[in-house]
Amino acid sequence: MTITCNGEPVAVAAATVADLLERRLGDPRPAGVAVAVNEEVVPRGDWPVRRLAEGDVVEVVTAVQGG
Amino acid sequence: MSTRVDALVVAGETLSSRLFLGTGGLPNVALVGPVLEAARPALVTVSVRRTSSLAEGGLLAALRACGVRLLPNTAGCLSAREAVLTAELAREALGTDWVKLEVIGDERSLLPDAVELLDAAEQLVGRGFVVLPYTTDDPVLARRLADAGCAAVMPLGSPIGSGLGVLNPHAIAAVRAAVDVPVVLDAGVGTASDAALAMELGCDAVLAATAVTRADDPVAMASALRLGVEAGLLARSAGRIPRRSEARASSPVVGRIG
Repeated sequence: MTITCNGEPVAVAAATVADLLERRLGDPRPAGVAVAVNEEVVPRGDWPVRRLAEGDVVEVVTAVQGG
Repeated sequence: MSTRVDALVVAGETLSSRLFLGTGGLPNVALVGPVLEAARPALVTVSVRRTSSLAEGGLLAALRACGVRLLPNTAGCLSAREAVLTAELAREALGTDWVKLEVIGDERSLLPDAVELLDAAEQLVGRGFVVLPYTTDDPVLARRLADAGCAAVMPLGSPIGSGLGVLNPHAIAAVRAAVDVPVVLDAGVGTASDAALAMELGCDAVLAATAVTRADDPVAMASALRLGVEAGLLARSAGRIPRRSEARASSPVVGRIG
């Protein structure tokens, strides 16, 4: 299926948010990271069970330098 | 003689200093430790951005190692909708309800969009955030933000990154007079005297980023801003002399020879 991750279309086999993080970041529970699916934050504890669907818009963010 | 002044309290929490520090523009992560040691900031701001590599987490690890309190911002957001989602993501990523709320009107001026800012502030307060909004030096908007439940207001001294200092001291003093919540001078600080002036005008704290991170010597400037904030606060509590249009001798007039 195809989802949009961080603004780009991505073909994924990932079933859950944790699967997606494992595939993109190499860690299913990365520290200091937050995820939103379709503009709703998915709490860290739900990452292993939150299933992704065709067309989902996913944001994966972390803290960077800022003023 | 007493030089003691009360600590700053925001949203019921006592902060360790009256300098907030931004990390944006720091040339390398190795400077984080020395700069924080020199500045001793109460809060350190970070942004939230899309990531595709955990290597980008080096900054967060360095900040955590210093034990500083983080204040995520919503920098770059152009609408209340974007800002609210960014704040929610920051809360989840960093485990803090505190947010420096920025909603800018355009990317050239980086000036706050008053309408979207107030909308976002109301929404975030309703969702349990401690909201510190970056705002203009308009006392009416500052009062509206405070009335909406913001824990502080953060008026700009001059545009973000400009280093022009406090361009309208009367407006900053008017903001101070308009609200009961802490006032944090945010944006425009270029050097220590700007920070001192902000404190003399009645601000409760100063936030600086570019002034430190893009200085030739960020560690030295971090110390200078800390001392500038302390000097300004002390000068304010000391009670400055009134300005006079004519000279007034400080040496005795009587007993002069000749």
